[in-house]
Amino acid sequence: MSEPLVRLDEAQVAYRGRLALGPLSLDLSPGALTAVVGPSGGGKSTTLRLLAGLEAPSAGRAVRRLARGETAVVFQAPTLAPWASAEANVALPLELAGMGRTEARTRARAALARVGLAGAERLRPAQLSGGMAMRASLARALITAPKLLLLDEPFAALDEITRRALADDVLRLWAETRPAVVFVTHNVEEAVYMAERVVVLTRGPGRIAATFHTPGPLPRPPGFRADAAFRQTVEQVSAALESAVRESAA
Amino acid sequence: MKRALALVAPFALIAVMLLGWEAACRLLAVPSYFLPPPSEVWAAFVANRTLLFASAWNTLAMALWALAAAAAVATPLALVTGLSPTLERAIAPLAVTLQVTPIVAVAPLVVIWAGLEHPERAITTLAAVVAFFPIFSGALTGLRSADPDLERLFDLYGSSRLQRLVRLRAPSAAPFFIEGVKVAAGQAVIGAVVAEFVAGSGGAQGLAWRILEAGNRLRTAEMFAALLALALLGAALYGVLLLVERKALAAWRGRD
Repeated sequence: MSEPLVRLDEAQVAYRGRLALGPLSLDLSPGALTAVVGPSGGGKSTTLRLLAGLEAPSAGRAVRRLARGETAVVFQAPTLAPWASAEANVALPLELAGMGRTEARTRARAALARVGLAGAERLRPAQLSGGMAMRASLARALITAPKLLLLDEPFAALDEITRRALADDVLRLWAETRPAVVFVTHNVEEAVYMAERVVVLTRGPGRIAATFHTPGPLPRPPGFRADAAFRQTVEQVSAALESAVRESAA
Repeated sequence: MKRALALVAPFALIAVMLLGWEAACRLLAVPSYFLPPPSEVWAAFVANRTLLFASAWNTLAMALWALAAAAAVATPLALVTGLSPTLERAIAPLAVTLQVTPIVAVAPLVVIWAGLEHPERAITTLAAVVAFFPIFSGALTGLRSADPDLERLFDLYGSSRLQRLVRLRAPSAAPFFIEGVKVAAGQAVIGAVVAEFVAGSGGAQGLAWRILEAGNRLRTAEMFAALLALALLGAALYGVLLLVERKALAAWRGRD
């Protein structure tokens, strides 16, 4: 077992003295796929910001063994700059790191092709469909070849068909470079499908209620959603999530 | 049919009001130094068209110079202010004070400073003072309007302040800036007119002077004609700026 990329050790986050998250301990190993599910307001996004280093714990420790540009985040909305083309949006992380425009744009075109957006390079975000915009956002996240990819409910605004297609795309892209992935969602089936480990958070302040290991290979083979072991894990995680919500409400 | 009605409606209302005005003046035999009928106003407008056009041009030129000067000062100031919260706290009260001080009260001072023989300088300066605030506050609001998730992305990639300004905040501010300029243009015309009234001299030969002059001679129809010219000037300027705004926003969003 290699050293974890990120280790949260009894980490807590408080806003104006009010505990929002934790204490929470979590290790992220290189290449591992982790899903985080929990009720709304349970600190899922706060967990993600801790893992990204965008926020520091108010108590406990968050140890990150990652350099700048080795972490990428995909947000709930595509978060593309409306005034820039898809290509310019995707090239942004490279250009911010000081790479020359010509090379950054060349790589951006390749990254767009990898997510199935070849031909959309010159389009503006307003001209992209929701699914296309999310793919562009994914291409931007992957362009620095991150070691840690954080996804914050990235498919929440998409229709079911697009969600499923994107889920398989993310797994396929993961298999190419094997970054550690943390996938935050409130959809249990999506969590089990997308990860080898599912962490269930309690209602706020979020703590870990249970951790599950999911069956089957990753990326998922066709028809995997109908697999009995898959369905069973979904039920188990759902039950754990329900009791986590009930317990913290009591 | 409904659309045609909607197009005609404003003109119909104006026509009805003008007819009522004309009829009231004639039936009640209102003396024309008190309230001239629209037909007399129109006659005065046509008779003085060359002079009115030249005066309108002078007012417009002063307002546009003022707008350019205000933008030239407000934009870099907003950019610098946007870089530092401390600077913003320092500058904001001054900018607000400038905005709430009535321009009429400041005008006599500026007229003295600009030199009594150069009223156009004083008028342009005063109009620029009025136009400054909408541009400054529009740009500043815009600089703070960037998508918070995009801001986080810039945090994540460790961007410099300058990169953040040039690649995120300035482009995010563009629609707010354009809106600010549009508001400021209207304010600049008002400022130019008010300042010319206060300057009280014919040196600048703007529309305000036409109104003052006609008023002093009790030529009320000519006063109305100058008002009409002023209204047309304002509407034309607004129309042009609306068009520019639409084009610019379409380009910004990538929809043509």
